[in-house]
Amino acid sequence: MAIASIQVSETPLVLYVLRRADDALILGHRLSEWCGHAPMLEEDMALANIALDLLGQARELYTYAAKVEGKGNDEDKFSYLRDVRQYRNLLLAEQPNGDFARTMVRQFFYSAFADLYWRAMMTSSDATLAAIAAKSEKESAYHLRHTSEWIVRLGDGTEESHARAQHAIDELWAFTGEMFAVDDSERALIDAGVAIDPAALKSQWQKTVAGVVNEATLSLPTNDWMQQGGRAGRHSEHLGHLLSELQSLQRSFPGATW
Amino acid sequence: MVTAALDESDLRRRAWDAAARVVDPEIPVLTIADLGVLRQVTVTSDGVEVAITPTYSGCPAMNMIALEIELALEREGFAKPKIRTVLSPAWTTDWMSEDGRRKLREYGIAPPQAANSRRALFGVQDVACPQCGSSNTELLSEFGSTSCKALWRCKACREPFDYFKCH
Repeated sequence: MAIASIQVSETPLVLYVLRRADDALILGHRLSEWCGHAPMLEEDMALANIALDLLGQARELYTYAAKVEGKGNDEDKFSYLRDVRQYRNLLLAEQPNGDFARTMVRQFFYSAFADLYWRAMMTSSDATLAAIAAKSEKESAYHLRHTSEWIVRLGDGTEESHARAQHAIDELWAFTGEMFAVDDSERALIDAGVAIDPAALKSQWQKTVAGVVNEATLSLPTNDWMQQGGRAGRHSEHLGHLLSELQSLQRSFPGATW
Repeated sequence: MVTAALDESDLRRRAWDAAARVVDPEIPVLTIADLGVLRQVTVTSDGVEVAITPTYSGCPAMNMIALEIELALEREGFAKPKIRTVLSPAWTTDWMSEDGRRKLREYGIAPPQAANSRRALFGVQDVACPQCGSSNTELLSEFGSTSCKALWRCKACREPFDYFKCH
């Protein structure tokens, strides 16, 4: 028998932390789907390693969100017992793996942001978020380096790899704007020094991304229309399918442990 | 009063020594003290509390290490020890002891470069082969068998080896 989803009291801080935790969990889960399927053994290990880093970040963030909320929720309840509309991750994170180029482009766009974001968050007035940022920053730097190398290799590789990488960039570009969006709830946290303003990271992100993409002989779309919705729980159809797998055990056998 | 204080510091040392003997399950030549994972041991009337810091956010060895510390302390006679995870300051390979670096090398893993900075992370890496000592080496894979390692190859002796990443 399936069990009901939890209720979450989304104060601005709880919501803020959950959004970042959801990014890490969902993107990490997507990467874990590659386990045993990557084009070569080294890359299989690399993807699993990055997934593990993201899962670790998610656990720390969920644990903190639970503490701030103080309603008896925990990392497992947040992960396994919220329905799709309660998830607050970026639409970018939930996009399907597609081919290897698409997975790499998705990770590259995110890691180029996460690297800047976590480094900036080390100055947060919230001691726990600053501490999580200090760990995540180092991990994200490795993710960025790894994915940058792949973007260059794919773009400046064969005709086939170039075409696939370019296609992935064109397909995923519209999901990058959401990383820099801020709503009223986050604005208050930014003013209080708890959060950083992602708009301040945008020009550096564009510079990093454009630099790698140029080196890869690829190009960025000129179209700047951006899709949003994930932060407010409006997701693409893909997230529901992902959650049905991620949550199936706890939904089918509530409270199962081993 | 003096006796009580002495007892407490003696207890603390015994607890520290017990915890410090716990080894990393993935790299059993290194103790958690060598790694810099063991941060603090406090003994109060409520019992003993051990603070550890994770190497990588998602490192699965941390749960195992926490359990091993509990067992080690229980064996030393400390009932119901508490294990606390501290995130700040973030763990860095700079905390690895010289002894730890030597043990790693002897075990066949190249120890992390000393300077933990973004320049070391993104700059030219100079990693010596732990087998033959040659610095004529190349990176095979940024990510290795565990979160903390990368896979390298020595071009002199042709042996592949693990490199403990700078963090």
